[in-house]
Amino acid sequence: MLGLLMGVCFGFLLQRSGVTHYKVIMGQLTLTDWTVLKVMLSAVVTGMIGIHLLRIPGLVRLHKKSGSVGSTVIGGLIFGIGFGLLGYCPGTMAGALGQGSLDALLGGVLGMLAGTGIYAALYEPLEKRILHVGDFGKLTLPELINTGTWPVVLSMTGIIILFLLILELSGV
Amino acid sequence: MVSVSFAFIYFLFSDVVYWVLASDASGTIRESVWKMRRWSPYAAGAGIGVLSWLAFLLSDNTLGASGSYAKTAGMIEKLFRGRKAEEKAYYQEHPPEVGWGWMLLVGLIIGGFLSAWLSNDFHVRLVPELWKQQVGTNGLLRWVTAFAGGILLGIGSRWADGCTSGHGISGTLQLVVSSWIAVLCFFAGGVVTALILF
Repeated sequence: MLGLLMGVCFGFLLQRSGVTHYKVIMGQLTLTDWTVLKVMLSAVVTGMIGIHLLRIPGLVRLHKKSGSVGSTVIGGLIFGIGFGLLGYCPGTMAGALGQGSLDALLGGVLGMLAGTGIYAALYEPLEKRILHVGDFGKLTLPELINTGTWPVVLSMTGIIILFLLILELSGV
Repeated sequence: MVSVSFAFIYFLFSDVVYWVLASDASGTIRESVWKMRRWSPYAAGAGIGVLSWLAFLLSDNTLGASGSYAKTAGMIEKLFRGRKAEEKAYYQEHPPEVGWGWMLLVGLIIGGFLSAWLSNDFHVRLVPELWKQQVGTNGLLRWVTAFAGGILLGIGSRWADGCTSGHGISGTLQLVVSSWIAVLCFFAGGVVTALILF
């Protein structure tokens, strides 16, 4: 399947850039090694330009996720704490497994399976009471500031490239 | 006009990738690119960006990981509890089945292995070096912390409906507000936790 092939490339790129290594991820989270952000932001800039270009002839459609304060912010913070404790994210965890880091398997994967299972068990009450608090739906940045898509794409590109330049120049 | 811009972008991209990959920090003998232990983060990131184009274009899907763990958990639950597991509201909305995303996750493991093996970076390790240096060699402590972290990642990623790949890359490039907020929260939580830990 195509998904498998793309996954192999994804995993290969993540491992090769170093971001499946515990010390690299923790280096990012302790703000001493900015490799993770360099990889992610490069992916975002490339992806953003390409996807929005491909939208013009209608070759792709967007898959936006909706959000709310109750789901995105709270979930995000919980994720962040787990991120800091484990030192891998769900994607890099899988890549780390491939490179032989067993803590990604015994701690990480097992924990993730347990965690997602717990979430599924708690889903109904959460959905009723918390998940939709402060809902902002599938809002996009252009919609938020009431502009067209391309001004945002181009400014974002500029901001990100500037940021990466600053990172490079400071030698982190 | 469209094909011209595609061709332009492709050539620009491949030149940039080649230039970035080819620039070697030491400037001495360049080993085969496939064996090089570390690629430029910019090149790898750009590669991931191109991968996301292909995911949208060819599979009408996005790069993401957390959902597939949830499906796996659901599949395991189905094994033990059969029909009763599928009746849970979460699994009604997110059927625990093998699909594109699940295969992506399997590919992630294989890709990680391939890269590590080819560049001589494959090491079976119970405890990461940094942890050994800063915290200790006790495997149990690392296991407990990792497990706790994994649980929070599992809960948090589904709560926020995405992880650093789904929100952090796929969502942000689509300029979706929920993803940008999610990434800020991921890193806020992560940085505070890491700074407390180390």
